[in-house]
Amino acid sequence: MPFEPLLTRNIAKPASETLEVYLASGGYQGLRRVLKEFTPESFLEEVKTSGLRGRGGAGFPTGVKWGFLPKTRDKPRYLCVNADESEPGTFKDRLLIEKDPHLVLEGIILSAYAIECHTAFFYIRGEFHAGARLFQRAIDEAYARGFLGGNILGSGFDLDLIVYRGAGAYICGEETALLESLEGKRGLPRIKPPFPAVVGLYGCPTIINNVETLANVTLIAERGAAWFAGIGRPRNTGPKLFCVSGHVKRPGVYEEALGVPLPQLLERAGGMLHPDRPLKAVVPGGSSMKILPAANCDVVMDFDSLAAAGSSLGSAGVIVMDSGTCIVWALLNLARFYAHESCGQCTPCREGTGWFVKILERLESGRGMASDPALLVDVAGRVEGNTICPFGEAIAWPVQSYVKAFRGEFEEHVTRRGCPLMAVAAR
Amino acid sequence: MTLPVGAGTDRRIDEILTRFPRRGSALLPALHAIQEEKGFISEEAMVYVAGKVGVSPSFVEGVVSFYTMFQRRPVGRHHIQLCRTLPCALRGCGRILEHFERRLGIREGGKTPDGKFSLVTVECLGTCDTAPMVQINDREYGPLDEAKVDAILASLE
Ligand SMILES: Cc1cc2nc3c(=O)[nH]c(=O)nc-3n(C[C@H](O)[C@H](O)[C@H](O)COP(=O)(O)O)c2cc1C
Ligand code: SF4
Ligand code: FES
Repeated sequence: MPFEPLLTRNIAKPASETLEVYLASGGYQGLRRVLKEFTPESFLEEVKTSGLRGRGGAGFPTGVKWGFLPKTRDKPRYLCVNADESEPGTFKDRLLIEKDPHLVLEGIILSAYAIECHTAFFYIRGEFHAGARLFQRAIDEAYARGFLGGNILGSGFDLDLIVYRGAGAYICGEETALLESLEGKRGLPRIKPPFPAVVGLYGCPTIINNVETLANVTLIAERGAAWFAGIGRPRNTGPKLFCVSGHVKRPGVYEEALGVPLPQLLERAGGMLHPDRPLKAVVPGGSSMKILPAANCDVVMDFDSLAAAGSSLGSAGVIVMDSGTCIVWALLNLARFYAHESCGQCTPCREGTGWFVKILERLESGRGMASDPALLVDVAGRVEGNTICPFGEAIAWPVQSYVKAFRGEFEEHVTRRGCPLMAVAAR
Repeated sequence: MTLPVGAGTDRRIDEILTRFPRRGSALLPALHAIQEEKGFISEEAMVYVAGKVGVSPSFVEGVVSFYTMFQRRPVGRHHIQLCRTLPCALRGCGRILEHFERRLGIREGGKTPDGKFSLVTVECLGTCDTAPMVQINDREYGPLDEAKVDAILASLE
């Protein structure tokens, strides 16, 4: 039975981004219900009960994170929406922003209510020109109808929402870099602790949540925590957007319950692109996560199952590679990405990413040394755990896992003095 | 003294300055506003915006150089930003880059002598479902093949 779309229920409708279409599909009923029937505390409990875990990459329980806010009220609280979506292979937030912005907006208002925040920011990556325009229009519509601004729907709750555009820097998706950027600075991640819930934007308590996470809050408000918790698997609840890219016939965003089997997801994406090239490997959670060789792809797609399988759900960017793909070439492509995007604050990250590029370039061009595969793993070990932000792991994990799963292929690059698959990969 | 930006942009920046709890946050939106008008951010514009926001010119320069979207020099009228990251690479963006280079007679990082086109590669644009893809100014095109590239280039004034 196909999964009944929840997050993507509106996207195929004409003018799906408008308030009219959203209202006609029952939009903002969840907000009305919550403002009437729940206190901020009881709605926060509701989100906890739903089991919702963050969709931005780390899978941290949303209600628990909100609960970390200090009880004191001597400073304003802020909510920052993470719409930076820059993890290679990830394009789900963009779909929601462009096709159903009010679903996200309703979730923002609900979440701000739960955490008692009155100013929220929508940090959207600078390259999403259309997204920023469409979201601003949704905000304007919401102000005009009393869903934003003072005394929302007569409840006494006030909220202002401001769009903030990034300007091209992957690292600004990391939550503390995002805060720096929002303060008008370079996006250099901060040392934690203190955590943003205590010391965040302008030194005030701040919650940062992903776009898809907040869209799920709308669903919880509409149909309740118990219903939400019934979707998916224990500890891995709710619907999920999966972004399938690479060597499949129909790359795209597919909504499924958490825990959908990976083979089923690939089937929905049309199966392999070339009939004569079978599956070689899948990166299940965006480019920062560990690779699964084809033999390990019989997994279900949720936080705990993928962790058990030695990878991670991450941002649910499912990158599919077929037998024509050179793994050294693929890793070199990513190493260049990380070398370019490192903010440069930590020596292991700044230097390590440069080393990876250098070693992989010489392997791919036939100048590699027999010690290079081991050297890659060694350098990765020195990066992992020794940096200010998890960007260090975001490159160390791919390096470690690609070499581990495809060691023979790295060695072959040395013994054959070059890439046996180069010609195919370039296609 | 003449401003390095138009009066409209100057007024826009004054409005931006009122938008945030702290003035400093206005810097990125102000820089976006300048680039929208001028196409790039000059030394004079950096000094100007530093004065507006209340930070030093060198602070502004640090910010401008950190973010890849802020241009220090004029780019082409059509700024071609071809995605190079893995999902696009798996779908052949290398071939598409070669085709752009051949058709425009410039290399990656270059600009045509008439200033009509500039060509750069960029990292994942969050649109991997239409790989290989390109963003030209603020519009996306994809999935690309050689014929589509030719059609796009022909359609740009
Ligand atoms: C290098 C790096 C890049 C990140 N990029 C994003 C991003 O683009 N979008 C996002 O929502 N989270 C991103 N994150 C995760 C955020 O730091 C943060 O955990 C997340 O926004 C929290 O939201 P959630 O709890 O709703 O998942 C990134 C983390 C790291 C380390
Ligand atoms: S790990 Fe890399 S990206 Fe993160 S703070 Fe250090 S240098 Fe910057
Ligand atoms: S890799 Fe090209 S858009 Fe994502």
